[in-house]
Amino acid sequence: MPIGLEHYLTVAGVLFTLGILGIFLNRKNVIVILMCVELMLLAVNINLVAFSVYQGNVVGQVFAMLVLTVAAAEAAIGLAILVEDISAMKG
Amino acid sequence: MLLQAIAFYVFAAVTIGAGAGVVISRNPVYSVLFLILAFFNSAALFVLIGAEFIAMILVIVYVGAVAVLFLFVVMMLDINVAKLKEGFLDYLPVGAGIGILLFVEILWGLGVFGATSGTVSTFSKAGAQALAIDNTRAIGRVLYTQYFYLFQVAGVVLLVAMIGAIVLTLRRRPGVRRQRISEQLYRPKEASVTVVKVPTRGGV
Repeated sequence: MPIGLEHYLTVAGVLFTLGILGIFLNRKNVIVILMCVELMLLAVNINLVAFSVYQGNVVGQVFAMLVLTVAAAEAAIGLAILVEDISAMKG
Repeated sequence: MLLQAIAFYVFAAVTIGAGAGVVISRNPVYSVLFLILAFFNSAALFVLIGAEFIAMILVIVYVGAVAVLFLFVVMMLDINVAKLKEGFLDYLPVGAGIGILLFVEILWGLGVFGATSGTVSTFSKAGAQALAIDNTRAIGRVLYTQYFYLFQVAGVVLLVAMIGAIVLTLRRRPGVRRQRISEQLYRPKEASVTVVKVPTRGGV
């Protein structure tokens, strides 16, 4: 059985669901929630790249790079807010 | 073809297992390490279908920058692990319910339930070969021409994120003696020097 688009989409779906599940399960732990958001963005990237290769069109990979950029920015800002929040709680 | 299938199933299984590890591991440090494993294996998945550039960018940006940033913060903050995990099982029914619902919906959207035959939409090798150039060059040709403004906006997003992170974590500490050069330079002569006429044998 050859590996096709559906296989990749299923992997991405499982990863996205795991991200959602992690956000629900780790409500107390902001840093794990941020990691789960990264996991969901990774799933989105897998979808974009799989469709891009499936259609033989490279634009999807350009979009995946932009998603990567936004993910990096989000991680930086989120962690900065987290560090400030924890040091403010400690007083 | 068989080798490719085996490689796909191995990498996909490790990716999903690492994703589950991120969610359920007790220590945030292990979560970050599982996240790195997931990123590496999905990069391998990208290599398998011929998206080499995105795979390498994924390793460089995610593993090299984002995951290491997470690791820094997790280790710097020394979080109380036991306290963070309380209430983990309280949210499990709701979370699992929503997760299963979402997953069934995704599978439904993919058309898994309506599929009558076992056919899969295989990746077209024709598209990549018709271009007759490698993946990186193909991306560069589109990214620097048609999507050039988008590329620049991505740069602006990164700049704003950098400035935002610096502004958020900047703090003025009281009690630190720091040289203020402009104040020193703009000090008037009257504030620092007084000319005193000293009488002979009188003293000041």
